[in-house]
Amino acid sequence: MNVRARAVLAVLALLASGCGGQERPTFGFGRRATADEITAWDIDVRPDGVGLPPGSGVPSQGAAIYAHKCAACHGATGTEGPFDRLVGREPRQGFPFGRDPRLVKTVGNYWPFATTLYDYVNRAMPLDAPGSLTPDDVYSLVAFLLWRNEIIADGAVMNAQTLPRVVMPARDRFVPDK
Amino acid sequence: MPESCDPVPRAATEASLRASMTDARISRRALLTAAVGALGAQAAARAGLAGRFAPQAPTVPSDPTKVPGAPTSELGQRSPFERPRRIPIGNNQGTSLTPLQDLCGIVTPADLHFERHHAGIPAIDPHRYKLLIHGMVERPTVFDLEALWRFPSVSRLHFLECSGNGTPSYRNIRPDLSPQLVDGLTSSSEWTGVALATLFREVGVKPGATWFLAEGEDAAVMARSIPMSKAWDDGLLAYGQNGEALRPEQGYPARLVLPGWEGNANVKWIRRLEIADRPFQTREETSKYTDPLANDTARQFSFVMDAKSIITFPAYPVVLPGKGWWEISGISWSGRGRITRVDVSTDGGRHWAPAELQPPALPKCHTRFRYLWNWDGQETVLMSRAVDETAYVQPTLDQLRNARGLGTSYHFNHIRAWRVHRDGSVVFGLEG
Repeated sequence: MNVRARAVLAVLALLASGCGGQERPTFGFGRRATADEITAWDIDVRPDGVGLPPGSGVPSQGAAIYAHKCAACHGATGTEGPFDRLVGREPRQGFPFGRDPRLVKTVGNYWPFATTLYDYVNRAMPLDAPGSLTPDDVYSLVAFLLWRNEIIADGAVMNAQTLPRVVMPARDRFVPDK
Repeated sequence: MPESCDPVPRAATEASLRASMTDARISRRALLTAAVGALGAQAAARAGLAGRFAPQAPTVPSDPTKVPGAPTSELGQRSPFERPRRIPIGNNQGTSLTPLQDLCGIVTPADLHFERHHAGIPAIDPHRYKLLIHGMVERPTVFDLEALWRFPSVSRLHFLECSGNGTPSYRNIRPDLSPQLVDGLTSSSEWTGVALATLFREVGVKPGATWFLAEGEDAAVMARSIPMSKAWDDGLLAYGQNGEALRPEQGYPARLVLPGWEGNANVKWIRRLEIADRPFQTREETSKYTDPLANDTARQFSFVMDAKSIITFPAYPVVLPGKGWWEISGISWSGRGRITRVDVSTDGGRHWAPAELQPPALPKCHTRFRYLWNWDGQETVLMSRAVDETAYVQPTLDQLRNARGLGTSYHFNHIRAWRVHRDGSVVFGLEG
């Protein structure tokens, strides 16, 4: 490609970008975020696994942590409360939550993404010590809850590779509002 | 003199509200117990209109023109005769309800604005406050408060409403509910801040960005995915409310205000905005704040609060002292724009007539309506029905139940009703 053709293409690219070669003016307020600042706060975990840290856990490890740090609020087996019920697959058929106000939403029957469980436990639990769990703790608890909900086997290892591949029973039940 | 600010005993109030807001824990017995307690209180609370004033009258001179008055002060206080109070429910994951029946006009005093927290109210030092914007941007940037204040500011009046507001009017309806207990999770304020569009232009959003994560600095690190289109449209990063800095329980020092959208998306104590090309699927947009439908699916990202209205006078626990002219008054609002009409029925929905809309009728803001009513002293039912600028009409309870089913947990915008008895007492719901 000759120089003239390159120049024409460059102008076309600028026009296509909508700014006609002019940088949109900014105020220049604020300062550039450092990589460390972003890393410290960028805690979200997405369904595709982006954001999951190194580490791993299995249900049996999670059971011990659960009994110590979670059972007081969610019950010995995740069904007793007094706070959110975490375990339960009823009803096995269908998704009749709109029709039946007595149905209790749980991780097993309502949550569409397993990664959300990591994200939420990591950011907000336990209620009296949020943000205190290590990645291994969180993977273990997530593994325990998925196993209790009969979604993974009791020996399954949850880590950054396996967790995004877990398919939740309610995965295809959610539709965006129009 | 009866209690005016607590229409039902606190214990009964909390029990019933907890019951209605957390279906999982409700037992039939608990609900009945709460209802019986509250009905007893209703009998004791036959109030008359004077019931709104504080029960213990402060000492005042018999003739205020004959004694010098009090001096000026640093901070004004309400008259000791006026005691509007929120009703707080639950722990640090709880709510408190705005006393709609005690307010006039459209502005909610900041200290009476409803609350809904997911892990309590964080204490944030404004000197150390930072807002991080990163992700699909040209310039990942940190703003402190001074930087935010330097941007061109915007002030607008908007309502904020919890998407679960009105739960007690949908299932297990009880007669002894005040406007505060029915719909106290809505408030209106003048919000001041920076347009999100201004901030996003400043950091340079990359092509293909369609969503952003909004994340708070509370102990829940509360997070929701928001479509970029809302930022380009009318979203605000607010630091002011009704002429002063945000209250701590309203997100001090800065929060999102997404006009017309369900309360929890208006993330408080905002500390991070991450731009992306898809939603993040946080717990608050999957496990919570989704709407199961009759066809075995659940609606997600149902942000807009549809048109709604409620009569705030006369309403439980008011007792009208006699027939004759009364001004029915209430609030209406829509997340889709301006309220263009409110119809009032004074005969249980057989006939409807347009109410006066008290200017200003602002978009996505409480709008006061008034209707002069000549009560003949007979038992009847009062109702209000809002219409917004998109011609959306507030639905009936049956219409909403048919569309959503009984199991839904959010967006209860159906028509509310108040039954007026011949003795002047007013109770909530058609079946009163």
